[in-house]
Amino acid sequence: MQTDHLIPEITTGQYREEEYDLVYKKPSTLVDVAMHYCPGCAHSLVHKLVMEVVEEMGIQEKTIGVAPVGCAVFAYDYMDIDMQEAAHGRACAVATGIKRLMPDKYVFTYQGDGDLAAIGIGETIHAINRGENILIVFVNNAVYGMTSGQMAPTTLPGMWSTTSPAGRDTAFYGEPIKVSELIAQLPGAYYVTRQAVNNANAVRRTKKALQNAFKYQELHKGTCMVEIVGNCPSNWKMTPLECSSFIDDHMEKVFPLGDIKVPK
Amino acid sequence: MSSKLMKGNEALAEAAILAGCDAYFGYPITPQSEVLEYLAREMPGRGRLVMQAESEIASINMVYGAAGAGFRAMTSSSSPGISLMQEGISYLAGAELPCLIVNVNRAGPGLGTIQPGQGDYFQSVKGGGHGDYKMIVLAPASVQEMADHVFLGFDLADKYRNPVLLLSDGAIGQMMEKVEFKEYTKPAIDKSDWATTGKPKTRERNYITSLFIQPERMEEHNLKLEAKFQQMREEEVRWEEMNTEDAEYLFVAYGLAARICQKAIELARNKGIRIGLLRPITLYPYPYKILNQLADKLKMVMSVELNSGQMVEDVRLAVNGKIPVEFFGKLGGLMPTPESIVQHLENIIQYRHAN
Repeated sequence: MQTDHLIPEITTGQYREEEYDLVYKKPSTLVDVAMHYCPGCAHSLVHKLVMEVVEEMGIQEKTIGVAPVGCAVFAYDYMDIDMQEAAHGRACAVATGIKRLMPDKYVFTYQGDGDLAAIGIGETIHAINRGENILIVFVNNAVYGMTSGQMAPTTLPGMWSTTSPAGRDTAFYGEPIKVSELIAQLPGAYYVTRQAVNNANAVRRTKKALQNAFKYQELHKGTCMVEIVGNCPSNWKMTPLECSSFIDDHMEKVFPLGDIKVPK
Repeated sequence: MSSKLMKGNEALAEAAILAGCDAYFGYPITPQSEVLEYLAREMPGRGRLVMQAESEIASINMVYGAAGAGFRAMTSSSSPGISLMQEGISYLAGAELPCLIVNVNRAGPGLGTIQPGQGDYFQSVKGGGHGDYKMIVLAPASVQEMADHVFLGFDLADKYRNPVLLLSDGAIGQMMEKVEFKEYTKPAIDKSDWATTGKPKTRERNYITSLFIQPERMEEHNLKLEAKFQQMREEEVRWEEMNTEDAEYLFVAYGLAARICQKAIELARNKGIRIGLLRPITLYPYPYKILNQLADKLKMVMSVELNSGQMVEDVRLAVNGKIPVEFFGKLGGLMPTPESIVQHLENIIQYRHAN
């Protein structure tokens, strides 16, 4: 059967450039491949924001990223910078090894809540306590994404997960851990902020926070953490729009957005 | 070149600096804390990085970061700490990162004791971490070799882009002997095609990973690693023979046990027992071939170890049934006397192998 006529004519690339203003472009620091992230997932957006900042600051040659174990394990497939893939939870130790030997480079870790707040909380706290001059991008979606929806240390009270099928019982598992508030108390923490990416304003604020954090790294004053309350449509069993509302209505009650520690 | 009287652990630490080690990460544990202490004193003034990490897990992952950025990095620990590093060692091998790891073996299992042991043989040579990997394991038997093996270990790590383990023990680490440090220049190695130093426009990005989610790619990577391990087996087998020319019997021992066997040979030969020693210097790759050849002219071989019998399994593989393989072990962090080894040898010859 002939089906060609069913495919709409593709006109991209046939416009005359001078007739249009370019209003949006993917950063050149993002590799031009399809991402494996689920539709509506926060990771792809956060990847783009981090790479936009790297592009705008012109620091691609001086930036080294550390990928976690979790959904963002393939970050190096998308970020067009030198990267290392760390063992589960150990990104801050790996970043310490990199940054201490190359103090003039920009070094960041990209970690989820299982990686950073559960198995890697020790390395995270000690790296921050030493005031490692790194940026920690912490995407907190309150669930283990890669392993398909198990309870995380940040899972909300009463929230369903595959390992808390009756909802997180805080009497049994305790309250969700608020990492940003916890580590902000450490003198080594220089800039700590919690943001989201579930609406346009939130995205702009997250990008600003990432810009601040990369700039602060030049000061050698301590660790910056940008926590981003993310969403996980696949494991929350919600549509992307429902996820956005869930962040506003529930996630932000436990994880309030805004700066937690800012340089004086 | 002048010789110095030094502790094994300190000779190793000084050698690390002379070998151009850029960064050391470690966590205190007896009987090797002198390494971290020595380097904490000496490294900063000589332009190197030394850091006490919050755990052995952090240490090995700091080594991963440093090695991944192309620097010469090392860590050291003792048995329980080395157990904690196994995940990291597996990642280092998987991601093909060169580094030096030192285990000053104490007796175990569990917290065990701080006295010397050789109970980590299996963990060291058979792959203590998960997955298909191997690493060159060097077994120093003197303070001199504690130093020499550091230079060798770093060079072999770079040659194969693989971690190298220096497997010592609490006695070699703690005892003092004369040591001479060799003249050494760190070879210039181009790591620009893999080290993460920041991506210039002129090259593709470098990334360090041990993740190959597609099984076909994983197999390809496994085969690439296996080819390196095969090359190690062909090119890196090291051993020392003593009194083997006229020997009827043979001790096989490494490290501290080999030192004790040297005295046992003297005692046995005074009693008319013609015995020699094969001392594996690399425990991986193991000197299977030479041991198999020696077995042709021997009546019996005895593995002497500070454990309940681990290397003896490799001795059996090497001898392959040609002659009887016996074992003498001392446990608990205790050192056997040469006399007790000879007594065991005499008993075996008298009751089992007399003809």
